[in-house]
This record gives sequence, structure tokens and C-alpha cells, in this order.
Amino acid sequence: MRPLTEEETKILFEKLAKYIGENIKLLIDRPDGTYCFRLHKERVYYVAEDIMRRAANVCRENLISFGVCFGKFTKTRKFRLHITALDYLAPYAKFKIWVKPSAEQSFLYGNHVMKSGLGRITDNTPKYQGVVVYSMADVPLGFGVAAKSTSECRKTDPMSIISFHQADVGEYLRNEDSLT
Amino acid sequence: MAVKAAAIIENLRNEEQEKLKSTFVEKGIDLDLDIGNLLASDSNPFDINSFRSGKDAFLKSLARDNAQVLFNEIWKLPVERIQDSVIAKLPSPETTLPREKPIPKLRPPTKWEEYAKLKGIKNRKKGRMVWDDASKSWKPRWGYQRAKDDTKEWVLEVPKNADPNEDQFAKKMKEKKERVAKNELHRLRNIARRSGKKVPGVGATMTAGNGKNPTPTELESTFHLAKKSTASLGRFEGLLKNEKPQKNRGKKRKFQPLMTSEKDQQLKILGQMYKKAPQVNVEKAAKREIRQSQSGNVKAKKGGKKGGKSKVSKRKEKR
Repeated sequence: MRPLTEEETKILFEKLAKYIGENIKLLIDRPDGTYCFRLHKERVYYVAEDIMRRAANVCRENLISFGVCFGKFTKTRKFRLHITALDYLAPYAKFKIWVKPSAEQSFLYGNHVMKSGLGRITDNTPKYQGVVVYSMADVPLGFGVAAKSTSECRKTDPMSIISFHQADVGEYLRNEDSLT
Repeated sequence: MAVKAAAIIENLRNEEQEKLKSTFVEKGIDLDLDIGNLLASDSNPFDINSFRSGKDAFLKSLARDNAQVLFNEIWKLPVERIQDSVIAKLPSPETTLPREKPIPKLRPPTKWEEYAKLKGIKNRKKGRMVWDDASKSWKPRWGYQRAKDDTKEWVLEVPKNADPNEDQFAKKMKEKKERVAKNELHRLRNIARRSGKKVPGVGATMTAGNGKNPTPTELESTFHLAKKSTASLGRFEGLLKNEKPQKNRGKKRKFQPLMTSEKDQQLKILGQMYKKAPQVNVEKAAKREIRQSQSGNVKAKKGGKKGGKSKVSKRKEKR
């Protein structure tokens, strides 16, 4: 376990900014306590400071998880968000996509969101913007990347992809053994 | 006749009584005893029936009997009494036990030992003391107060073709020091040879007679090491002709301590991120532009002179 280097922090923030913009500040600067990002086994954990202090006593090999895993650094030092970060990113999401109940299951099996399954979309969503995918009942389902901007969405045919799949809550079952 | 019979009966009775003694144990096959190790091994066949009928009792009695045999044997040894305790001197153990640790390896011969064996040079013992003619006494061959001490000479002959101003005493001291250094180097080299590993410190491996020629990478790293080995850590060393910059200098990993509050630093990074690239939502801006121009047109139509003029109308005015 160690703090992120400046470079790693930048990579992480750039990724988070795609979904929540400058709301990252609210994650760092919280009124209810000190929270920090810590790197452990190439995974970034968002953790309260007192829990981090306790976890520091556990030896590296035995420490499986602490706090919430936000994602991991790949071997090429890119940051990949994990679904576990959803609870912290969804409230601050700037751009959202709502999927119809009929398309919910398809998304939860790891498929992209089609135009036919699109319920609502935030206005002025640019192309390739990171979005949080919600069900029509406002339950966050996962992350995606907008394949089309809002205005383009209106014109496209129903089978075209609106949002590329990034992560979904179905992973809690599918990748049960690798999520931490 | 009657007397004989009585004696035989007496004998038999004695034997019976002997057997009835609590210390007597009857065994089909005698135990193998190793008194030195306090070891008794029982090779009698195992009575499986009585074992099954009562395991604990059977094992207990068997153990007791065998221990009794061992103790009987110990009591036959010469015994002495020291401060209320009876002590028997055990014989040396017969059973050989395996070693705990592997047999230590022989030290491989040094370079000189190899050479001496090849040439058949034998190390002859010399006596420690030698007769010193000058003082007419026995003195050590070497060391403190040695015989024929050449360091204590007060005058030295200048060799025939030597520089007359050269300090012969200093020269002698220097030669001695060099011999000591050479010996030390050979000692270290022998240790290195023995370990079979590469010797730490690149400089040490570069000496001649290492067996192998240094590889280009070794040469290069030695060169860079030598360049850095100045008082200023090579800061003022000029570049040589055809010198290549050092590859793989190795960046030292340096992380912040675990228990730090990096909030300020992270906020700074955030600030830099947003300062660097002002986020422009192109679509939003374009829409606003369109809306403004549309509303401008409407105003121009409505207000005439007062409203913002559209580009088209401006062009018309110029003409």
C-alpha cells in the first residue's frame, strides 16, 4: 500500500473527470472526514484515513482489500474503472443515460446500449463523454462512454450504439472472484 | 539320595522365586540393548489378540517390561553414589546416529595451492626461531624483534644506475606496501573464485587474470563508474571522444510515506488540470451561437436600427 505518485494521480483524475468533471474535489475534500487514494497491488482504493491506518498493519500479501476499489492501473499505466466505484461516482455524474427496462438486462450482461434501449439522455452530452448508465427507476447500473452526442442520437437508427459498455453491476456476479 | 533330591527341590524353588521377583521379565527373544543411548528395541512378535482385548493395558505393560529390562541392565553397570544420588557410568553408544548437518565442504584450493601441486612444491616447515649472528642470540624469523631486520637499517646503498637523489628508504617502504596490497588482492580474488559469483564492485572484476575478458557492457559500466569516482562525483568530467551516454542508469523509486495527507497536492493537480485546458463544450457553444444569431435576426427585423446588425446587413451597408 502506498500513496499515488503525482503521475498516477493525474491519470486517475483524468479518468474520473470524464465521468464527474470537477466534482472530484468533493471526493478529496469531504466534510465528514479525511479520505485518500491508496495504491495496493496496482489497484486504487478510496479509503477513509482511519481505516487506511488500520489496514497498514496488515502485511502486503494478506491484504485483500480496504475501502473501495476504484479501479486498477494496467501494465501500460492506463487507469481502468471498476464497477465498485459506481456508488461514489453516480451521485456526482455530470452526464447520464437512462435505459429502458427492456434493455436493462442486455446492458447488465455486458452489452452496449442501443438506440432502441435508450430511455433518456442528458442534454448536450458530447461524443465520447463518460456517462453513468441508470435504469428508468434511477438506479445506477454502470459506466459507459457516449458513442453519439445527444443531437446525433435523435437522428440515428434504432440498432446503432448509443453508449459503449465500460462496467456494469452484473460484474458483481460475473467477475466475483477478481473484484476487490 | 534323599539329600540330593532335597537340594534339587531347593534349587528349583529358588529359581521359581527368582522368576517371581518383580524385576524379572521373561522375553521370548532377548531385547537389543544399546545402553549408551539408553535404547532398547524389542523384536518379539506382537501379540495381536491381547492387544485387541485391551490396548492401553497391553501397551502399558509392554512398555513397563521393556523399560524394566533396560533398567536391569543399567543396574549391572558399576554404580557409585554421589550426594544421595546413584550414578552409573554408561558405556559409549553403539548405534550410530545420522548427522544433523551435511558434511562441511572442503575449501577449494587457492591459485597458489593449485600451482604448487602442479609443480610439486611442498611446504616445508621452518622453525620459528633463527640464530642471529649479530646479537648472538635466537630471534624470531619474522615479526617483532626479528633476526636480520631490514627495516631497522640506518644506511642503504644507492644502486649503481639509480637516481642519486631518490630516497631509498621511501622506495623500500613503498615496495613493501605494494607487496602487501598485492597479497591482499590475491586473497580477495581467491575468495571471489571460491564463491563462484560475480564480485560486487565492478572495479574488482576488471583486473587482469580474471580468466575471462570483460564484456562490452561490463567495460562500459566500469568506465562510467570510474568517471563518477571523483570528489565531485563526476560533475566536471568532460565527454570523451565517441562517448555514449549511459544506458539504464536506474531511476530510484521514491514514494511518499504512507501516512501523509496529500489533499493539498491533489487539489493542486486538479487546479492544474482545469487551468491547462478550459473545458469547452463545443456543441453547447455552437447551439448558443445559433440561438444568439437567430434571436439577433429577430431583433433586427423587429427593431430596425436599434438591434444588432447581422453580417448580411453589414455587408449591404458597405456596398
